[in-house]
Amino acid sequence: MALYSDKVMDHFRNPRNVGVIEDADGIGEVGNAKCGDIMKMYLKIEDEIITDVKFETFGCGSAIASSSMATELIKGKPVAEAMELTNKAVAEALDGLPDYKMHCSVLAEEAIQAALEDYQTKKSAS
Amino acid sequence: MIYADNAATTKMSKAAVDAMTFHMNETYGNPSSLYTLGQRSKDVLDEARAAVAKVINAEPGEIIFTSGGSEADNQALLTAAAIGKEKGKMHMISTAFEHHAILHTLAKLEKEGFDVTLLDVGEKGIVTAEQVAEAIRDDTCLVTIMTANNEIGSIQPIREIGAVCREKGVLFHTDAVQAIAHIPVDVVADNIDMLSSSAHKYHGPKGSGFLYVKKGIKISNLIEGGAQERGKRAGTENVPGIAAMAAALTDTYSNMEKNAEVMSSMRDYIIAGLSEIPHSALNGDAERRLPGNINFCFEGIEGESLLLLLDDKGIAASSGSACTSGSLDPSHVLLAIGRVHDVAHGSLRLSIGEDITKDQADYIISSVKEVVEYLRSFSPIWRDLMEGKKEFIL
Repeated sequence: MALYSDKVMDHFRNPRNVGVIEDADGIGEVGNAKCGDIMKMYLKIEDEIITDVKFETFGCGSAIASSSMATELIKGKPVAEAMELTNKAVAEALDGLPDYKMHCSVLAEEAIQAALEDYQTKKSAS
Repeated sequence: MIYADNAATTKMSKAAVDAMTFHMNETYGNPSSLYTLGQRSKDVLDEARAAVAKVINAEPGEIIFTSGGSEADNQALLTAAAIGKEKGKMHMISTAFEHHAILHTLAKLEKEGFDVTLLDVGEKGIVTAEQVAEAIRDDTCLVTIMTANNEIGSIQPIREIGAVCREKGVLFHTDAVQAIAHIPVDVVADNIDMLSSSAHKYHGPKGSGFLYVKKGIKISNLIEGGAQERGKRAGTENVPGIAAMAAALTDTYSNMEKNAEVMSSMRDYIIAGLSEIPHSALNGDAERRLPGNINFCFEGIEGESLLLLLDDKGIAASSGSACTSGSLDPSHVLLAIGRVHDVAHGSLRLSIGEDITKDQADYIISSVKEVVEYLRSFSPIWRDLMEGKKEFIL
């Protein structure tokens, strides 16, 4: 069996929503270079709907694929729904990840959460 | 496909495949059996033993066939440990960047009361004979230092280290798994007491290797049983595997100089090409280096994604990134030469073979450049580095 599912390889080879949003409403960065994974998420939110999302990732194949899948799962969704995104949902949408790579899906969940929290903080400040 | 992972394993040579299939078909007798068919198998072992011994300038009686390099390493260390224990000498010296077959065995011996000194290998990955001389104590029973490193290809001054050990009366073992049939090794001139080798690193089969033990050293067994290998390694001998190892070794060794010339020139060509990638660094010494080894760190990217994209382009390589090992830490070798985690994750090892062409070398260079640039294009670390929010390490 191959290391990764076809879906992981597809999202790794053709990652969706790669890039930055210059005037993002929420930005979240998690992970660290020492461990070999960093994910950064940029959100554009209008009327509590995520209208655009972009990511940048330093990491292995499953980290890139998890970021890509996570952006697809929340794009166009209400903020409240995106808050409910779990790492399990990301991993399942990718047709599974090897056990020792599950932390990549956790990072994806945390990156989305961090970006949403950043959005909430900015919103309450303004 | 361009196979650039010859340090992991090599393709079997025609000589090895021919020897293996011939002996599987024809020489299936048990070497311990009395009848002609069995004795023919014994002859095959004798011939293989002589051929293997000749390559490293040993006596046939000093060769024990094993299942590979790891077994040979384990047996060498446990042999030295038993001798040391008898004499009340419980100190061993090695380096921080040995193969895990050595490091994990040393860790096991530490639990049994041995004291282990791991020498620094410096930023080029080379330990000196002076370091060894300084580390040797009255209770030192073994110095074990690899002939050449498997990840960064740095060649150790084993002749000088061997001389120091011989002078001080300390056993010297070298893990020569990456070196045999690639660079000259002479157990007499190099003052080697024990040496490990593995067939699949020189176009032989997996599952075959040998341990050289200088005459007069009392060998400890790993496997108890019958009287095979003079009672030092029980179990019916792997006749086809051993014959194929001898055929591969003889064949690869006879072309060693020619191969080294081709490989080292292509190695240097690829190193020059990859050095053009900004914020990259060669790992290991540029001069004292195995002919086929290229190892780089590229800042701002991670090794596994690099390998997967190179695989898509038909290039088989390896990396010292944590993600490729299934652990959280990157390669202990890269850490030992002082690479910090952040850049050690972005490493690439290419180990080319003697059949490499210039077109393939060009393709490797352009592919690696392209993939590194692509991965950096959406790496948040790279962005921070480029925007001056972080300092470049390389």
